Amino acid sequence: MESGGFDFHIVFHSIPFLAKGMGLTLLLTVLGIAGGLVFGTVLALARLAPFKVLSFAAGTYVNFFRSMPLILVIFWFYFLVPLVLGQEIGAFQSVLIAFIMFEAAYYCEIMRAGIQSVRVGQAYAGEALGLTYPQNMRYVVLPQAFRNMIPILVSQAIVLFQDTALVYVVGLSDFLYSADIIANSENRLMEMYITVAIVYFALCSWGQFQVRNLQKKFAHE
Amino acid sequence: MNETKDTTSTDGVGIIQMRHVSKWYGDFQVLANCTTSVDKGEVVVICGPSGSGKSTLIKVINGLEPFQEGTITFNGISVGDRTTNLPKLRSQIGMVFQNFELFPHISIMQNIKLAQMKVLGREDNQARNRSMELLERVGLTDQRDKFPAQLSGGQQQRVAIARGLAMDPMAMLFDEPTSALDPEMINEVLDVMTELAKEGMTMMVVSHEMGFAKRVADRVIFMDQGRIVEDATKDDFFGTPRGDRAQLFLSKILHH
Repeated sequence: MESGGFDFHIVFHSIPFLAKGMGLTLLLTVLGIAGGLVFGTVLALARLAPFKVLSFAAGTYVNFFRSMPLILVIFWFYFLVPLVLGQEIGAFQSVLIAFIMFEAAYYCEIMRAGIQSVRVGQAYAGEALGLTYPQNMRYVVLPQAFRNMIPILVSQAIVLFQDTALVYVVGLSDFLYSADIIANSENRLMEMYITVAIVYFALCSWGQFQVRNLQKKFAHE
Repeated sequence: MNETKDTTSTDGVGIIQMRHVSKWYGDFQVLANCTTSVDKGEVVVICGPSGSGKSTLIKVINGLEPFQEGTITFNGISVGDRTTNLPKLRSQIGMVFQNFELFPHISIMQNIKLAQMKVLGREDNQARNRSMELLERVGLTDQRDKFPAQLSGGQQQRVAIARGLAMDPMAMLFDEPTSALDPEMINEVLDVMTELAKEGMTMMVVSHEMGFAKRVADRVIFMDQGRIVEDATKDDFFGTPRGDRAQLFLSKILHH
């Protein structure tokens, strides 16, 4: 096998394998965002709740996870949770739970800022009409909060998309790890790493472009 | 000072009754021993210098702001009672805010429909019909599919009034409904309110529009430093010599 010069044929040959890796990367990203968003919203509502115990617990959770490196959280769920539960939960499930728990802490803070960005008069108006607190949140406050937050939520999603590359530590073949396997087995490090960089760059740039579009769209309304 | 009219008494006739209501923000007293009542069909205008507590006075009536002392009842139900179902009570009291507070993320039609469906449990077409009636009444049927930001301030405030009326409330509270409007839009809002008053709606209106007060108010309340300083019939309020503070205030707002 020659090692001199660039040979991008290997990239085309490995497209099916890389696509499978990208599938895992996207799946982890989408599920991580969805789960993180749901759990993060619950945490944010708890943080803003008038019950001290609830807001303290949510606040502690957020501060704790925001102080931890993501890779450490991944290690915990992979190595420690099976010890506690007494059974394996599988690499995919363990990293997914780690991502959701970790991202939720960040989404919570984004949501909290988003909810607080909605004018208090809006909540008054909903209350004055007779909406209950949950109805007011559901129909008046949260939709506006989400809208204010969309750009930063998408930015956070892009960060998670990149962070999913960390799953190689538990042996999951995401996009980067798949490329890495080929790079090493075929001794085509440069070609594969350049390809990976281009793909990450293209997808993240597309994401940022969408963020700017959304910002413009909302600025018009 | 208000023996002239029995509507200011507190013996059980008023739909809104406040007795000795006091409220503090920390050490600062915003409402001091306020007592008044409003009868069914009565229109009461509340005026006074800024920071006198007039907005707070109407926000405690539907429990948007808590109060620490005294009692308030609306249609016989105690507002401050912990067991009172506040959302249900509020659904019977319409409220219009200084900054309109239409919901910016949904259409005009949806703004008026939302609480009808979620609070009163009306069906979609029922709510839509009622909304159309009210939009017609405030002259804005052609704006129904627009979003609030696409309407002028005066139009938004008329929608806000329609949104309040859609709940078929027993009374309407107005918190400086024209203060945020450009001068040329004030009348379109006051006209809607005047018509409402003539139809017999019970109204409490925080406003400096003394022309409106002279036209439609039954009573005028003047507040200063959290106290109800004057509570008199319209004719008494504008006719007879008032306390120094009220006189000074009136002279200031009537002369520009």
